[in-house]
Amino acid sequence: MTEPLTVMVWRGKTEGGFTRYVVPRAPSQTVLDVVTHIQRHLEPSLSYRFACRVGMCGSCAMTVNGVARWTCRTHVSKVVDASGRIEIAPLANLPVIKDLATDMSEFFDKWARAKGQFKGSRSRHDQFAIVEPTSRERADANAGIECIGCGVCYASCDVVSWRPEFLGPAALNRAWTLVNDVRDVQQRERLSAVAGDAGCHACHTQGSCTERCPKQIAPTLGIAGLKRRVARAAVRGELESWT
Amino acid sequence: MNRGTSAKAGETSSASSSASSSAPSLTSSIAQAKRWYWQRISAMVLAVCVLVHLAGIVYAVRGGLSADEILGRTRGNWGFAIFYCAFVLAAAVHVPTGLANIAEEWVALDRRIALWLSRAFAVVLLVMGLRAVVAVVT
Repeated sequence: MTEPLTVMVWRGKTEGGFTRYVVPRAPSQTVLDVVTHIQRHLEPSLSYRFACRVGMCGSCAMTVNGVARWTCRTHVSKVVDASGRIEIAPLANLPVIKDLATDMSEFFDKWARAKGQFKGSRSRHDQFAIVEPTSRERADANAGIECIGCGVCYASCDVVSWRPEFLGPAALNRAWTLVNDVRDVQQRERLSAVAGDAGCHACHTQGSCTERCPKQIAPTLGIAGLKRRVARAAVRGELESWT
Repeated sequence: MNRGTSAKAGETSSASSSASSSAPSLTSSIAQAKRWYWQRISAMVLAVCVLVHLAGIVYAVRGGLSADEILGRTRGNWGFAIFYCAFVLAAAVHVPTGLANIAEEWVALDRRIALWLSRAFAVVLLVMGLRAVVAVVT
């Protein structure tokens, strides 16, 4: 506990290198605490992103020792190696703006491309829709609804690195929650949006997203559900009839 | 020093902006969904075929393994012929979709070239497989 940490931090953009900092240990210290210490005491020009510090906002994800993690809820003791060393880099599969801050525009644009917006048919003057809490659809939507948009799954997905147009686990998970929303009225448009090579059928079910999601969501399951729904609709000719 | 993953991310940005201008058409997305459907159906057939095939091997070698003994069992056996024709057909349907994906993602082949090459490979599989079935049944 008393031995200081050796922290290697990525500096630069795509071109750059790791810089070594020595940070004192503290009880219950998180990786975000370490980065904040460096920025406040050792390297004021270090760029990184955070907001809530309690695992709600999804801002602070970084690559820690080669693995994408939410840094505010990752204790140093969990990731530090035997020699007291940690390596911190920006998330993979996203353009680096500077140091540890990545450009997440494309990540969120893909949510929109996957028809991640809810569209209902009722107005404020209508009665509330009744959704049975124990229904299969409600349970499936619940399973994926707690996503905080941190990008850990997207950075962990090999298919994203192979196919840049692939929508990625988070956008497809969002689409799956809406496919199971019985109030939504743009289901065919959504199934068309998530079909094919850029969508759910490119997923190889490797499961890195599910393994690393800090909220214990299983995008792999949702994507499997989307594959079945979309393929069934495609074979029945329902997607053609929509266009 | 170049950070590999970040370099990929840089490519992601430029490639995806071009991808959005030439985003996969709905027709190709539907075709991909259908290919996935037939890959899955053929996988179900293959799962049964492989189990029956393995059980057949275990059963067949009990009496020794010679060409005469094998051909004595397969010649004129139309049940055998139908089963292995279905097996060959399922393999020919199943293989090209996965091969095209591998060629596209790992060898960076153009999608259309990958699809046509994988289909050509499926035809080779089909012809060789059916030829083998004909050879042991007739």
